[in-house]
Amino acid sequence: MFGLNKKDTSLLIIVACLTMFAPFILNPFPTDSGLAQFNAGYPDLMQRFVIFGIFAIGFNILFGLTGYLSFGHAAFLGVGSYSAVWMFKLIGMNVIPAIVLSVIVAGLFALLIGFISLRRSGIYFSILTLAFAQMSFNLAYSVLTPITNGETGLQLTLEDPRILGVSATADGSIPVTNLFGLEMRSTFEMAVGPWAFQFNAGYYLCAFIMLAAFYLSIRIFRSPFGMMLRAVKSNQQRMNYTGLNTRPYTLAAFVISGMYAGLAGGLMASMDPLAGAERMQWTASGEVVLMTILGGAGTLIGPVLGAGFIKYFENIFSKINDNVLHSWFSFMPDGMEDAVVFLIHPFIGKGWHLTLGILFMLVVIFLPGGLVEGGQRIKGWLSGRKAKDDGKAAGETNPAE
Amino acid sequence: MGILEVKDVGKRFGGLQALSDVNLSVKENSVHAIIGPNGAGKSTLLNCLVGKLIPDTGSVMFDGQSVLGRAPYEINQMGISRVFQTPEIFGDLTVLENMMIPCFAKRDGAFELNALSSVLRQKDILQKAEHMLEEMNMADKRHMHAAAMSRGDKRRLEIGMCLSQEPRLLLLDEPTAGMARADTNNTIDLLKQISDERDITIAIIEHDMHVVFSLANRITVLAQGTPLVEDDPQNIRGNPKVREAYLGESA
Repeated sequence: MFGLNKKDTSLLIIVACLTMFAPFILNPFPTDSGLAQFNAGYPDLMQRFVIFGIFAIGFNILFGLTGYLSFGHAAFLGVGSYSAVWMFKLIGMNVIPAIVLSVIVAGLFALLIGFISLRRSGIYFSILTLAFAQMSFNLAYSVLTPITNGETGLQLTLEDPRILGVSATADGSIPVTNLFGLEMRSTFEMAVGPWAFQFNAGYYLCAFIMLAAFYLSIRIFRSPFGMMLRAVKSNQQRMNYTGLNTRPYTLAAFVISGMYAGLAGGLMASMDPLAGAERMQWTASGEVVLMTILGGAGTLIGPVLGAGFIKYFENIFSKINDNVLHSWFSFMPDGMEDAVVFLIHPFIGKGWHLTLGILFMLVVIFLPGGLVEGGQRIKGWLSGRKAKDDGKAAGETNPAE
Repeated sequence: MGILEVKDVGKRFGGLQALSDVNLSVKENSVHAIIGPNGAGKSTLLNCLVGKLIPDTGSVMFDGQSVLGRAPYEINQMGISRVFQTPEIFGDLTVLENMMIPCFAKRDGAFELNALSSVLRQKDILQKAEHMLEEMNMADKRHMHAAAMSRGDKRRLEIGMCLSQEPRLLLLDEPTAGMARADTNNTIDLLKQISDERDITIAIIEHDMHVVFSLANRITVLAQGTPLVEDDPQNIRGNPKVREAYLGESA
């Protein structure tokens, strides 16, 4: 189906189901139960899951296929965000022109940076991209203040022209982002018994775009172009002596992944119309590297899993505080309860980075292929055990014959 | 006029004159061996032919066109394929994919943004690659990772990849270096078969005299960066100058 083989089609369908039913899947606990804080099915977080999923899918086209590790992809995300907000300021609050412009601008920006950075490979390439991203961050923060509004970040105001829309709504407030009238923030709440599920228009827009982006990445992985990118990673010398020019291949991969990042940035601004320089900082670039490696670089689904995993931890673990811990361990004797809370304390709340760091180390050391490799091992282990059982059963019946 | 004409080529690395006044003419459809003791400049000469190095002086003409100043991929597209001393293949890809890449390079040129069609839809490429694998007796290994194969098989694959581009000149850099006797003999047989059955010129740099004398029909002896003699194999065998170059004055 859709020009994909059976395995890829089923993968796409699984991802489609997961994203479409995310409001249910991510809200497994009743609203007023003690476990409700582990629910992730609220619009803001779900939007972040899919937007960072897009970012990581694009990054994986560059890093997973060609092996070129860019440490500056957040710059394209930031550029995308700024472009989108400018569209909201100048043209109107429809998200389509904003998203289109953010992809185009990020693509052009990636063409420029890629053209220069791809003259080097390995660590030098990484350093060049990092330098460019930090340069963009600092420019956005200071020199380019007329465009980026510096430290405050770019925001909508009542004085914006919005040629195709209105500067202010009838009641004098700033209009909200919409898709041909459908407001991105509009949320339909469905209460089923003790559960409350939220269906947000913005989330579904992002989810559909992520599915399209995911589908496109499968096509790229399975295409001759994707095969050439894997060949670049494997042996550039042989590429050159096989009559293939590696530079345009790597540049195309770089621009495509930059456009994915721009798309993610544009969507971010469409959900919440503001853009700040901190989106371009090197920590943001590092985050997408972590997502891709944690999920499984070079695999199709890995980056999406990695993005979801990190964003979940960031939002859920960071919210657990000492009071919550005390309530969990209240069944213990007083002294012991305090001791346990004291031991866990560094890993939660503001210390969630520590938990993430430990998990990341464990994954890199024991599962170099990321979460995807973990899944494959469990699958292999299960089917291996099943095969063994079958063999045993066959062995037992044979002598009887 | 040969298919490859090297005229007055010189190359200097700092204080070392690696090549000087190298003149060489490789005739079409011949097997031309370039031999010489260690440090004679064989590899430098080869690198000048494929675009990895640019000589300081002289000219290198392939089929009437200069190769100097062109990138390796451009020279390859002109019809020169190179086999390396240690097999250079795509280790992370399967054997079949390895064979498909040169077929794409032959069909689509140095760059083609073919990002949306599936590899499996490229019937002509698949067919050609499968055919080439059969010719190389590797069809049963098509889904293996190339890096997992033996040295001899990697060499076979690399030669097959070069041939699938239908080059006019095949350059081999010590193709049997570090190989067991059986693998060496297999490689000799393969190369013999290639030169008999195909419309191809082979230039080979080699250390192993057994390989050279079983394959070559023309030999150039290189010593201290300059050609000593160029002759037929039977004349090279008895040539006192060649013995001297290889074994030193006292011999």
